[in-house]
Amino acid sequence: MRTPFRWLRRNLVVIAGLLTLAYLLLPNVVVTVFSFNKPKGRFNYSWQEFSTEAWQDPCGVADMCGSLSLSLRIAFWATLGATVLGTMIAFALVRYRFRARGAVNALIFLPMAMPEVVMAASLLTLFLNMGAQLGFWTVLIAHIMFCLSFVVTAVKARVMSMDPRLEQAAQDLYAGPVQTFLRVTLPIAAPGIAAGALLAFALSFDDFIITNFNAGSTVTFPMFVWGSAQRGTPVQINVIGTAMFLVAVVLVLAGMLVGRRRNRKST
Amino acid sequence: MTDTSGDVRLTGISKRYGSFTAVHPLDLTVPQGSFYALLGASGCGKTTTLRMIAGLEEPSTGTVCLGEQDVTALPPYKRPVNTVFQSYALFPHLDIFENVAFGLRRRGIKSVKKQVGEMLDLVQLGEQARKKPHQLSGGQQQRVAVARALINHPKVLLLDEPLGALDLKLRRQMQLELKRIQTEVGITFVHVTHDQEEAMTMADTVAVMNGGRVEQQGAPAELYENPRTTFVANFLGTSNFIAAEVHSVSGDDVVLTAGDGKLVLPRNRCAAATGPGGKVLAGVRPEKISLAHADDAGTVPDGRNRLTGRIAAASFLGVSTQYVIDSPVCAAFEVYAQNVERDPRLTPGAEVVLHWNPAHTFGLDAGQDVEAGIEKVEEDA
Ligand SMILES: Nc1ncnc2c1ncn2[C@@H]1O[C@H](COP(=O)(O)OP(=O)(O)O)[C@@H](O)[C@H]1O
Ligand SMILES: [Mg+2]
Repeated sequence: MRTPFRWLRRNLVVIAGLLTLAYLLLPNVVVTVFSFNKPKGRFNYSWQEFSTEAWQDPCGVADMCGSLSLSLRIAFWATLGATVLGTMIAFALVRYRFRARGAVNALIFLPMAMPEVVMAASLLTLFLNMGAQLGFWTVLIAHIMFCLSFVVTAVKARVMSMDPRLEQAAQDLYAGPVQTFLRVTLPIAAPGIAAGALLAFALSFDDFIITNFNAGSTVTFPMFVWGSAQRGTPVQINVIGTAMFLVAVVLVLAGMLVGRRRNRKST
Repeated sequence: MTDTSGDVRLTGISKRYGSFTAVHPLDLTVPQGSFYALLGASGCGKTTTLRMIAGLEEPSTGTVCLGEQDVTALPPYKRPVNTVFQSYALFPHLDIFENVAFGLRRRGIKSVKKQVGEMLDLVQLGEQARKKPHQLSGGQQQRVAVARALINHPKVLLLDEPLGALDLKLRRQMQLELKRIQTEVGITFVHVTHDQEEAMTMADTVAVMNGGRVEQQGAPAELYENPRTTFVANFLGTSNFIAAEVHSVSGDDVVLTAGDGKLVLPRNRCAAATGPGGKVLAGVRPEKISLAHADDAGTVPDGRNRLTGRIAAASFLGVSTQYVIDSPVCAAFEVYAQNVERDPRLTPGAEVVLHWNPAHTFGLDAGQDVEAGIEKVEEDA
């Protein structure tokens, strides 16, 4: 009786890890499996038979690919805007002593802490009072706004751990302010900026609540999925979901590969 | 005619942070090609002074000149000066080769391969060119930092406690190495350290700093033999002080009274006023003193300064023995005696006569703290 017990104790960490992983990945597996389903009715909720129909015609559902491309465009511009602004704010907060620095530091966290519905409703009130036309631009502005806090937080952590003497060393070695920023500051802050940008992209792409309030008649991908779920779920939604998941996995693997090659080169 | 383009001249330079003065106005001249050490305890303003030369800190008052050129208004990247930072500040995202090539590339030099290779060979790191800084040991990182600065052939190389993070053995080795490199390249080195032994072994000239001021500067032997303040006397090695009063001045000598005895001191080694009745601290280094048992008091030659006392403690250190002696004029007088012919009677409790050549006495102003600079010696910067 003691041997299996000991085996269990020795492998407990591995088992726990595998179980957690399964917990995380199971939804994705279901999505992928059901992307090969051929449902009887309008709802893709029970397994019928294997088919690659949906994969062969991913844009076969009216308006779906339009909403997908809109979401991707919004996510791209929101990521760009939030990353540039957020990086500058993070540097300002860490590197410069100015009045109300503490207040700004606290206020930056507010959008993360505020319930999303509240923010969505207030934004709508604001846009309506300003007479803005709801659509692409209002959604983009809203997305940049709530992504900012996350970018600032990610970049700030990185900048705070940066030794200011590295930049002084660069200056001492004949690098002017621009060169110092490009050759030393930016490369060292890059992991924080990249993390912030990834977060911003993911948040913007699948945001529903704020978008739904402020989009007017524009329909993003999450809004499309939500809307179609009332009437029936086309298999193509699972196809898009699986494709996005695969793209993310490939990107992560590529990142790891590049990192490993760079390490090997330097040893 | 001597080349003065590598001179560093600081004139009335000072630095204030708010109401706190880190460096009081000071004048310093470091001659071209010399190895100059700024020595002082942690927090005395060494780094601040160095950073003002590099241009990384703007002086509150005063000017910095390199040779004939006033560089006070120039940003660091326009000064022909390079720095080896206290914790090296190597670029973590660049490999060793690129770290060393950084300065050359910024000045638009395209073919850096040969120069970088030679420089890495000079510091014996040719094999490590493609490693990242975090893959090197402390001593190797230190050499990269030196190479990265030296490759630019600066007029002046500034080193901020470059050996502070190394263990003792490696530190001794690197001291010799740095000294060799300095002799070889002939560049002016300004070396900051809190280690008096390091400053004395490496530098041609040492400036002792205390509380944002330069207390004294000079060749190491000169500082050791002729300290002008108790701080310098205690910071560089150990000193004994006897509170005394000026009795008279005869020729080149000052005659002092201490207790009921008399001490003689060369006039040119007295940093205090020598008017009759003036208070003077008479100092003498522990290794200059000879001990004789009280029974042999008659054998002590005439013309030597002498005191009496009792041995309070003796510790045998192999090459020498360190005695602590209680004397009426000075508690805890330290004496180091070479173990050549040891008198077996010199044990704790024995009455002794201390005597030394008057030429080895120095006189300091009595208005200072006798203990200045003592406990700070062990402190790490
Ligand atoms: N940026 C700063 N702001 C305020 N005080 C400072 C600053 N830099 C240094 N100081 C103070 O100036 C004094 C001298 O510092 P420093 O030159 O680094 O000393 P050292 O290098 O001799 O140890 C210290 O008391 C330190 O606290
Ligand atoms: Mg320092």
